[in-house]
Amino acid sequence: MIELRDVSHAYGDRPVLRGISLDLTEHRIGIIGANGSGKSSLARTLNGLVVPDSGTVRVDGRDTRRDPRAARRRVGFVFSDASTQILMPTVAEDVALGLRRAGLTADETRTRVDAVLDRHGLLDHRDHPAHLLSGGQKQMLALASVLVTKPDVLVCDEPTTLLDMHNARVIERTLRSLPQRLVLLTHQLDMLQGFDRVLVMDGGRVVFDGAPDEATAHYTALMDARAASMEPSNQGERA
Amino acid sequence: MNVLGLFVPGRSVLHRLPAGAKLLGLLALVTVLVVLDDHRAGLVATPAAALACLAAYPASGLGLRRPLRLLLPLLPFLAVIALFQTLTGDPRAAFRVCLLLVAAVLAAGLVTFTTRVSAMLDLFERLARPLAPLGVRPDRVALVLALTVRSVPMVAAAWQESRDACAARGLPAWPHLTVVPVIVGMIRTAEAMGEAMTARGVD
Repeated sequence: MIELRDVSHAYGDRPVLRGISLDLTEHRIGIIGANGSGKSSLARTLNGLVVPDSGTVRVDGRDTRRDPRAARRRVGFVFSDASTQILMPTVAEDVALGLRRAGLTADETRTRVDAVLDRHGLLDHRDHPAHLLSGGQKQMLALASVLVTKPDVLVCDEPTTLLDMHNARVIERTLRSLPQRLVLLTHQLDMLQGFDRVLVMDGGRVVFDGAPDEATAHYTALMDARAASMEPSNQGERA
Repeated sequence: MNVLGLFVPGRSVLHRLPAGAKLLGLLALVTVLVVLDDHRAGLVATPAAALACLAAYPASGLGLRRPLRLLLPLLPFLAVIALFQTLTGDPRAAFRVCLLLVAAVLAAGLVTFTTRVSAMLDLFERLARPLAPLGVRPDRVALVLALTVRSVPMVAAAWQESRDACAARGLPAWPHLTVVPVIVGMIRTAEAMGEAMTARGVD
């Protein structure tokens, strides 16, 4: 379980998280919100990438402030831009990187790497230069590189944002098929169908927490109201 | 071939040799060719070494196009060196120095084409271990080298993007227009890669 207690954080004088308390226990959790709403910062607190200015985040009872490495072992993180997540020149080497400190033999590492590449359709590319893969393949590689370490929870920060519809669908299906608990940040609301819980973020706060349909309706209404307030006629009225 | 897609999978003798042995062999070959003082010996040994290196490519399943592509960028330098040495009155030295460079590049290419980056990293990590008491972390040395290799295509892509952006706005790709976006982009990429390293537990 991931517990957040009164979590607040700011970048300089810009607060991005304001007093968030949550227990994340469900199998599939979605987080939606406008750009700058704080959802990426919230996601980054879940595996210790961001240590909040105040409040605590515990992953299976371990405080991310005191033991961020333990949190990262349990919570894998996939970024929206796979290119920056790929650190090694070839596909297999990038997947193997996360296992360098796992104390495995070369054969064990190879077996595990090949298994995860095979599962995600990348085995034929194992010795290919990672930077020459297509966008969808890169995102799949980023996912495989995290999954090879067998995390309990996977946090995906807009993993389909840079992908075309076909590749987005492939990633979506892959995420749905994973046994791991999933925390998915997305702007593609249809991806949240069947999720157990969806959080709506706005201004660094969770402004709605509930079922996917209600959450997306709440978010849509919030964005409609905001767009309406930005229309020139309304701005004129305000002026 | 591209800068980083260098390793070519295979099962040749060279592929199966440990990375350390190949690097030692490369070092020994280049050292011997450089220190061969006797002109006559050098004139025989250097072309023989270059030919042997060239022959090793098809023998290792690498074909002949790879070595030719490797040598292509070297040609202008070879031409300048040959011209200079000939003008200074030593055409034999011109012949020998040029072939020495060819042999060294071909031999280095053989090592790179038949060695995985991960094998190189393991080697560098082992080599850096004696420095551990001085505060050097061997795993970090290897990681820095890997990231350096990985960054080459990223810089190239950022450079191309910057040039394309200039072209899209009808501007020539003058350095003062392209350098700043490339640097800013690379700094942002470096930050993102640092975050990814932390997330993947390799910090």
